[in-house]
Amino acid sequence: MRVLAAMSGGVDSAVAAARVAEQGYDVTGIHLALSRNPRSYRTGARGCCTIEDANDARRAADVIGIPFYVWDLSERFHEDVVEDFLSEYAEGRTPNPCLRCNEKIKFTAVLDRAIALGFDAVVTGHYAQLRTGDDGLIEMHRAEDMSKDQSYVLGVLTQDQLAHSLFPLGDTSKSVVREEAARRGLAVAAKPDSHDICFISDGDTGGWLADQLSDVNHGGSIVDADGEELGKHEGSWRYTIGQRRGLRIGTPAEDGRPRYVLDIEPVSGTVTVGPRESLSVDGLSAIRPRWCGTALSPGVLLECTVQLRAHGEEHRAVVTTARDAVSVTLIDPASGIAPGQAVVVYDGSRVVGSATISATHRAGSPLAQARG
Amino acid sequence: MTVYLDHAATTPILPEAAAAMTAQLGRVGNASSLHASGRDARRLVEESREAIARSLRSRPGEVVFTSGGTESDNLAIKGLFWSRRAEDPRRVRILSTPIEHHAVLDPLMWLATEGAKVELVEVDRLGRLDIDAFRAALESDPDSVALVTVMWANNEVGTVQPVHEVVEIAHAHGIPVHTDAVQALGQLPLDFAASGVDAMTVTGHKIGGPYGVGALLVRRELQLTALLHGGGQERDIRSGTIDPPAIAGFAVACEVAVGRQLELAEKLATLRDALVAGVRREVPDAIYNGDPEPGSEHRLPGNAHLEFPGCEGDSLLMLLDARGIECSTGSACDAGVPQASHVLLAMGSTEECARSSLRFSLGHTSTRSDVDALVEAIAPVVERARNAALSLRAR
Repeated sequence: MRVLAAMSGGVDSAVAAARVAEQGYDVTGIHLALSRNPRSYRTGARGCCTIEDANDARRAADVIGIPFYVWDLSERFHEDVVEDFLSEYAEGRTPNPCLRCNEKIKFTAVLDRAIALGFDAVVTGHYAQLRTGDDGLIEMHRAEDMSKDQSYVLGVLTQDQLAHSLFPLGDTSKSVVREEAARRGLAVAAKPDSHDICFISDGDTGGWLADQLSDVNHGGSIVDADGEELGKHEGSWRYTIGQRRGLRIGTPAEDGRPRYVLDIEPVSGTVTVGPRESLSVDGLSAIRPRWCGTALSPGVLLECTVQLRAHGEEHRAVVTTARDAVSVTLIDPASGIAPGQAVVVYDGSRVVGSATISATHRAGSPLAQARG
Repeated sequence: MTVYLDHAATTPILPEAAAAMTAQLGRVGNASSLHASGRDARRLVEESREAIARSLRSRPGEVVFTSGGTESDNLAIKGLFWSRRAEDPRRVRILSTPIEHHAVLDPLMWLATEGAKVELVEVDRLGRLDIDAFRAALESDPDSVALVTVMWANNEVGTVQPVHEVVEIAHAHGIPVHTDAVQALGQLPLDFAASGVDAMTVTGHKIGGPYGVGALLVRRELQLTALLHGGGQERDIRSGTIDPPAIAGFAVACEVAVGRQLELAEKLATLRDALVAGVRREVPDAIYNGDPEPGSEHRLPGNAHLEFPGCEGDSLLMLLDARGIECSTGSACDAGVPQASHVLLAMGSTEECARSSLRFSLGHTSTRSDVDALVEAIAPVVERARNAALSLRAR
């Protein structure tokens, strides 16, 4: 079997590639160049903001003993991930670019090209487990090491994508992966994990958005739930639902308690704030469902758990679908949920599917936000 | 078995050159030392210098050893610019072409930040400098031209440049001409004296010699400002301890390559024509880029540059590599990221076309079976790469 190992230059993807090579697969390593960084002397030249990562990936491929290439997906990445991220923020939503990248880049652009070039599957260092179910379908389950579980950001993958994917690290803990990397002589064994959004190099998402979106939204009012203006701001994309710090409201609340962002209305630029309990959400509407296996039949009530953000907790829930919409009733209320985030549906450890949150329903409040 | 079709990137070392180098590696002696060991090293270096001078029809004193093509280009361009401008501050223009190697283009772009006015005169669709446009650019204000640099033959598409005409036009106004002849040496007849050029870049590893050694042939009467300051070992314009084993290997390679040049050019042109015909028989819509005319005035005999419409060059390269066939997308790489070739873009190609091309370059070890292996592999590889490109376009 010929497989393509996507190698980021980190320890996880290096060990994943090493494992499948050791198992006898015919492995080719690739590093995805995802960003354009024009160099001073070579106008129009495409560099990568992470030349060091590309070199780390190359050195890992050398040690494993597999061929290695760099694939330039910067145009696709910019269109499908970066521009989408910006337009979502401009619309007052809070997207997860890693999910989007998995959906559009790693398991579509890369996988399709790999299949066309004669590969059978793509291997990544994601922490999730694939098993064949009784019905013969491929199931995706949470990783053994719950602290590293990445099934949430893979929740967008369909059966066809899962059937051409390998996640060799799903049964292993991170510390074991690091030990194994050291034992295999991979220099990235001690390389720190990446946390930030990869295309925002300094990690300052707010500052980056301010640069990119300065023309889109110049500011507006900060109001309370009754619509009374409490202050002004310089761009609604500086705020996310559930945010407490950095509101810079002069007048304190009457009861003296901290206030949180409850709602963002991008057209008028109005940011609504209020007490913490107003953030509590007991229902969600979601769009663009993607099912890992068989689609949930319309009208069927699925008792399940849902996860609403990467590394977030599980909430017991009941999920139903109607046409292209998904409706989620939360048995365990959630807090600070923003449209644009993904809801990933689990049956035990198994991922059922995912959808993009379009509206939230406040517990005991008629205030519902829709950003469809 | 590896089918090596990337001689324009680097060549396998000639056994004669390897023997000359290894014979020296165990010996001690700094060529600048005054004792017997130093004199022995110096003698070897000077004999090598004479051998290179003989091969390239220059005087020994015109051979300045460097670390290779990039350093020679930098030394010629920056060194000439600085000294010519120091003589006359009006001399700020540099005329060149948009198809030069990055070892020329990047120093030019850097000098542009230092006050130089760089003019890249256009090339035609075959990749040849437009000599009328060049004449017009130069003669519009000859007193302001510090130097001219035009490569002898292009490294990507193999087109030979009208260097003799460039020299004639420039010399009518006393303007010095540099040429990067890295690809031409060993494949085309080179005569430094007869060419009239004032400075010429050559390097060892493109002619079956070692890496990391090259030379700038530069006329004695020409003043160059040094890039590297130190012991002044090479005519006071290049410092650094001389590398006798590398220089010995380079000199032997140069003698062998020049001695066999006519024979090699004939062999390579025959193989190249068979390669192009064979590939186009298997892939009828493949396009032969560059000058289709053979001959030392037109194209490097070992160069075949082909465009495969609808394919990504890097897919083709990867698929051929998996079959043991090694070639190049002919474009500059940064961390291995393919870029559309600046040479093809300058020739009027679109970015998409430029990214669907491959360069096959033949050299002294190439055989008919290399060509046959490529011709046999190419059709299924192109079909696969086309499907991959379609899958990328489909959403």
